[in-house]
Amino acid sequence: MDGARIRIVMAKPGLDGHDRGAKVVARALRDAGFEVIYTGLHQTPEMVVTAAVQEDADAVGLSILSGAHMTLFPRVVQLLREKGAGDVVVFGGGIIPEEDVAPLKAAGVAEVFTPGTSLETIVRWVRDHVRPRGVRA
Amino acid sequence: MSDHQQPKERRERFSTISDLEIDPLYGPADVAGLDYTRDLGDPGQYPYTRGIHPTMYRSRLWTMRQFAGFGSAEDSNRRFHYLLEHGTTGLSVAFDMPTLMGYDSDHARSLGEVGREGVAVDTVEDVKVLFAGVPLDRVTTSMTINAPANVLLAMYVVAAEEAGFRRGDLGGTTQTDMLKEFIAQKEWIVPPAPSMRFIQDMLVFGTRELPRWNVISISGYHIREAGATASQELAFTLADGIAYVQAGIEAGMDVDAFAPRLSFFFDCHNDFFEEIAKFRAARRMWARIMRERFGAKEPRSWWLRFHTQTAGVSLTAQQPMSNVVRVAVQALAAVLGGTQSLHTNSMDETYALPTEEAVRVALRTQQIIAHESGVVNTPDPLGGAYFVEALTDRMEAEAGAYIKKIDELGGMVRAVELGFPQREIAEASFRFQQAVERKEKVIVGVNEFVVPEEAPISTLRIDPEVERSQIARVRRVRAERDEGRAGRALDALKRAVESKDNTMYPIVEAVRARVSLGEICDVYRAVYGEYREPAII
Repeated sequence: MDGARIRIVMAKPGLDGHDRGAKVVARALRDAGFEVIYTGLHQTPEMVVTAAVQEDADAVGLSILSGAHMTLFPRVVQLLREKGAGDVVVFGGGIIPEEDVAPLKAAGVAEVFTPGTSLETIVRWVRDHVRPRGVRA
Repeated sequence: MSDHQQPKERRERFSTISDLEIDPLYGPADVAGLDYTRDLGDPGQYPYTRGIHPTMYRSRLWTMRQFAGFGSAEDSNRRFHYLLEHGTTGLSVAFDMPTLMGYDSDHARSLGEVGREGVAVDTVEDVKVLFAGVPLDRVTTSMTINAPANVLLAMYVVAAEEAGFRRGDLGGTTQTDMLKEFIAQKEWIVPPAPSMRFIQDMLVFGTRELPRWNVISISGYHIREAGATASQELAFTLADGIAYVQAGIEAGMDVDAFAPRLSFFFDCHNDFFEEIAKFRAARRMWARIMRERFGAKEPRSWWLRFHTQTAGVSLTAQQPMSNVVRVAVQALAAVLGGTQSLHTNSMDETYALPTEEAVRVALRTQQIIAHESGVVNTPDPLGGAYFVEALTDRMEAEAGAYIKKIDELGGMVRAVELGFPQREIAEASFRFQQAVERKEKVIVGVNEFVVPEEAPISTLRIDPEVERSQIARVRRVRAERDEGRAGRALDALKRAVESKDNTMYPIVEAVRARVSLGEICDVYRAVYGEYREPAII
């Protein structure tokens, strides 16, 4: 399947330890045929970007439940651009109020999944929006 | 089989939210093995299945304890006074992520997190502001703090003493349950073994100095929220409790000297009878563990006293008003399960920390159950019900099998190092999510009864200014303190950490010398190293 070549780094930036969502999504993406690298907890934006570059990721999935998304999500996007990896698709989810979604998208986050999103929706979105880097989506 | 044709059932299989299959009907055969005196006992009698007090809520209602804390110490202090004015009877403090991880607000890793999910605390000066005007000899305070629990306990003691209270009069709880942090909540500093050593020191200090303080609140809440089933929550929590009792005994204390001050903290999820059965089984199992396994002689050591919080994970972002109903059902189960204190979640918590209006509805929910529903009129009103007793037995059997497995692995510290409970929970959580996707489990407003567009609700916003002013405050405290005294206190602390001395006393002195939380935790990190979790999905 075409998903088999797509590599996704799933990361938990920030200090919160709520990793239930990140793990369930990581597993669903893996079961859907993507290659998934889970960074583990308590990552700084720098650590996430280093992992994305080293792993040659096509996408980075971020999960935050602490309210720090407005600081940390845009920082990941910015650091990826600085490393010449601005074409890596960044998506995220967590406890994110509706009114924060538009500013996050304006900052370069491709999609934000709020609580209650089904795994199927996330998998379908990744399938439709993430291509191996260098190939136009 | 009866002669009548049975009506067709709506589903092929009925099961609890934890996927325990439920029979079509329960009757006398399901409780045939139950011996009233041995397995239930009157309320107030061993094994306390029906409650730890003979009269339960006829004598004293549960403590209505709403968890709160956000922004600066001043913001949280205002929320505490608001809650006390509206009839809350105990305080419960939430700390922000940097505090939970032992970083000061001006640490690089604290960026964007200060004051977000709880109150920011860097030095004892913050704790003094946090509790300004609160009568600390009468109001009990529960602090949800784990890895740096020893620092926060020291700060509370010093702040109270500097405000004129005596440490012996302070009542409250520090969570201090590091095992569940490694299993589920995942806010840590040093690895499991040294974490247990700090807990031992706190147990000894608490037993000597703070007779009204619950040093450890053995917590299933976070285990459940991370995706565990009800019986996993029960099993892992009691197994953690066993590890702490062993730690206390290994510190040289008599079990009855500290066990009466151990308390528990459970989740209360949507599945009404499963939760009630869990609470009843928990009391019976703990009483037997303490008496038979550890040889405790004091009835108070056999009591499982517990706080309950309704299940945050059950709340939906969709149609958030419906959450009021979920919380009411869960709170009712907690009360019928015999809880000693209760936090009811607010309807807006899937978006942000709650607004004052939402918190008031949550508190009113408890007051309606207490004063209008009538369920408080007699202890354990469901005792003897075929279904409830059968389910209580099943909870005990399932949890007992897990505890046996953990014993075989070498106890909970070892099981955690091996990732055993972590894997079981990840597995259960994935199974549940799949059941939701297939609509085998219905979540109203999420996978059924969905409305297309919803009006946004108003949520609490944290002012980004909090981070700046908190950073300024910790730097000012460091600049104004007696640097010689602070340095000597830190040296003394390092020597205690490296030796076998009780670390609590030098921590208290360091806090008094205005050493910050981050500086103290840096000593822990320097001596023991930071814990890194193996990433398991």
